[in-house]
Amino acid sequence: MADTAVGATTEPEHGNDPSRRDFIYIATIAAAAGGAASLVWPFVDQMNPSADTLALASTEFDLTKVAEGQQVTLKWRGKPLFVRNRTAGEIQKAVADDGAAMTDPQKDADRVKPGKAQWLVLIGSCTHLGCVPTFGGGDYGGWFCPCHGSHYDTSGRIRKGPAPLNLVVPEYEFLSDTTVKIG
Amino acid sequence: MMLRKLSILAAVAGLMAAGPVLAAGHPLPPKNVEWSFEGPFGKFDQAQLQRGYKVYREVCSACHSMSLVSFRNLGDKGGPFYNAKYKNPNDNPWVKAIAKDYEVADIDSETGDAIKRPATSADRFTSPYPNEAAARAGNGGALPPDMSLLAKARTGGPDYLYSLLTGYVAPPTGLKVGAGQHYNPYMAGDLTASWSGPHDKVPPGGFIAMAAPLKKDLVSFDDGTPSTLDQQAKDVSAFLMWAAEPKLDERKETGFVVILYLLLFSGLLYASYRKVWKNESH
Amino acid sequence: MSGHSTYEPKTGFERWLDARLPIVRLGYDSFVDYPTPRNLNYWYTFGGILSLCLASQLITGIILAMHYNVGDAFNSVERIMRDVNHGWLIRYMHSNGASMFFIAVYIHMFRGLYYGSYKAPREVLWLLGCVIYLLMMATAFMGYVLPWGQMSFHGAVVITNLFGALPIVGESITTWLWGGFAVDNATLNRFFSLHYLLPFMIAGVVILHIWALHVVGQNNPTGVEPKSKADTLPFTPYATVKDGFAMSVFLILFAFFVFYMPNALGHADNYIPANPLVTPAHIVPEWYFLPFYAILRAVPDKLMGVLAMFGAIGCLFALPWLDTSKVRSMRYRPTAKMYFFIFVVACCILGLCGAKLPDDPVIPHVKTFLLIDADLNSFVWLSRIATLYYFGFFLVILPILGLKETPLPVPESIASPALSHPAGLPAHATAAPEMKG
Repeated sequence: MADTAVGATTEPEHGNDPSRRDFIYIATIAAAAGGAASLVWPFVDQMNPSADTLALASTEFDLTKVAEGQQVTLKWRGKPLFVRNRTAGEIQKAVADDGAAMTDPQKDADRVKPGKAQWLVLIGSCTHLGCVPTFGGGDYGGWFCPCHGSHYDTSGRIRKGPAPLNLVVPEYEFLSDTTVKIG
Repeated sequence: MMLRKLSILAAVAGLMAAGPVLAAGHPLPPKNVEWSFEGPFGKFDQAQLQRGYKVYREVCSACHSMSLVSFRNLGDKGGPFYNAKYKNPNDNPWVKAIAKDYEVADIDSETGDAIKRPATSADRFTSPYPNEAAARAGNGGALPPDMSLLAKARTGGPDYLYSLLTGYVAPPTGLKVGAGQHYNPYMAGDLTASWSGPHDKVPPGGFIAMAAPLKKDLVSFDDGTPSTLDQQAKDVSAFLMWAAEPKLDERKETGFVVILYLLLFSGLLYASYRKVWKNESH
Repeated sequence: MSGHSTYEPKTGFERWLDARLPIVRLGYDSFVDYPTPRNLNYWYTFGGILSLCLASQLITGIILAMHYNVGDAFNSVERIMRDVNHGWLIRYMHSNGASMFFIAVYIHMFRGLYYGSYKAPREVLWLLGCVIYLLMMATAFMGYVLPWGQMSFHGAVVITNLFGALPIVGESITTWLWGGFAVDNATLNRFFSLHYLLPFMIAGVVILHIWALHVVGQNNPTGVEPKSKADTLPFTPYATVKDGFAMSVFLILFAFFVFYMPNALGHADNYIPANPLVTPAHIVPEWYFLPFYAILRAVPDKLMGVLAMFGAIGCLFALPWLDTSKVRSMRYRPTAKMYFFIFVVACCILGLCGAKLPDDPVIPHVKTFLLIDADLNSFVWLSRIATLYYFGFFLVILPILGLKETPLPVPESIASPALSHPAGLPAHATAAPEMKG
């Protein structure tokens, strides 16, 4: 037992084994930091979409509802979704323009599923500032965004106007010839 | 010092005894069942949850809603139809099949008419009745309680549910049972007013509007488990516990890790404390 | 204990900041170099634990408020439990955290009572603590209403109806509190707003409480003020590490409730959605209100019961002026010590009575005789006896005892050996651990 007089100093006596003394402190602080980090994670993650929001994240759609040459707009994940049944003429025009100069070059074939070129599924939100483009308008027969004059072609690619990117193709798959699951 | 320690122990003991409030009618205390999900390492038994779901589906759902539970919850981790292959319960084929069997109210997006469509996994379990008035009308004025939280909304939880379901007995002579009522010794209530026998021998329990809902072989279990009344009651009570607390498994698993960590951390802190204070008197 | 600051800014940035807003200096003086009595025992760690509880409640509460929806209260809480990522964890931390908060505050208060921490010059410190306690009770009451279960609703009905007991203005006040003719959505909305606000007021009063503490310095188990540097140690690392250890052990208890018994301190009826037309068989408040509930029901008259309940809290405010003893710590007041322990037992008995039906027998199946309005062997009479002791302790025992008792000799200082045990202790010995008690 260390000898301490009544007027004990407030300095801890330096032990014979400073490295051992420090190890405990380092281990404690490291454990505290690790514990704090694992505690913070749930508090941060709780702001991520909750299970019921995610449940509505995917939707199934019956393609027989869309006539040829027409488009149906659904609400998906809070945003508009275009499902367009393209005519042969529209597909041909889109493929013919594959090599044309455009802001965001992309082949038409890359924007549809193989063997299902007539079905174009796009998020109906202009990539400029988010307005909903109108069907069939504009110089390229695809869509026209009235807010700032972006023109999209029959493949949803930006051809003229301020939008930087083509209309986004979401994740989707064909469950059958007439049903598609989006998201 | 000793006196202080003792009085504090007495204080704690007193507070612990302050728990359950004695009902004037004194129903029988619930039977004690060994559940798989009891205790610090408890977990739901998936086979039991599946059987319990079947009992709910074939017997209880005729009158009882479970409106806080969604079909997708059946495919969540810890749930009756969870399958590791389908991490997203929306893709779980059993969940989708179960959901399709139900119909939910919706609006036709083209005509605006009120229609019924097959449910998807995102929908909630539907109620057998459109509203409370209809539910009461269909059950002699009594409202079958929603089952989403029933296991937590009754003292005794799943033990109570099991005891109630298996506890129906013939009323003792001297007990006047009203029309549409049934005697159950585990049901809360005070039978003094309906008892014409000796005053100190009032039977325990109360009247419940629900007739005994389960009986032997009422529900056939696909895994071959004998479908006794006892088994059905156990399984549906376990299922209702899951419905009330689907995160139970996750809670207990997390708890183990957290308390282990805290024990180790406390040890480290204690060692640090001793080191810091080594040469100081206090 | 506020002496000269010893903080020396080291880097250029520190000097720059110190000249403009000496916040680092404040932190250093208050929590690093601050002289703390060296003999503080573990009862003194509960102040730090309370700060931890407040922080936990604030953080979990703010997160819950991100998901809670007043318009669909019951279902939004269930959404938190089922759908929000880790929502069940945050909710259980918040509901059990409230109980932990009260466990810690009661231990903290009993410690203050025992060691005379309310006596001069710490009266304002004590009063600020009483204010914090009142704010805590208001916050907890309103918080319990938010899930909008049966107990939430009917508990709110009972407590708001208490104000109706006040003569003349009672009814108007009750209607004003409700925002309608009964507890309803309007009431819930304002309770949510106030429940969010009050904890920040608590935090503000806590800052005043710590400030008041640092002006007069900590009390300690001997009740003798530190006289020299030998009596104290710097707060960091000595008190920091001790408080840290105590917090960690406290967290184990907290974790035990959250993960293994999350509903043990609650009531099953609160998982039933509120129904104004059906009253639960027994309306019981949360456990930390039970003693006051018992006092309320002990008095047969409604208004007098309300006054008794508030009076019980009022005694706490008056305490520094009720106790006449010149000796601070009950360690050296053996008679007072005994009455104090009986007081603790009386508080626990009151808590027990609050949970029971007033007419239920204490000893089962035994009927004695009818006294005024109830059998003697009933909880209502037990609570009356305990209430009498509660008020007697503050209003009779403490004032008289200070003048009549013979206290034990109080030591010279914290560091010097106990004067009551002169034999076997050489004068220069290591300051032997003060006789613990």
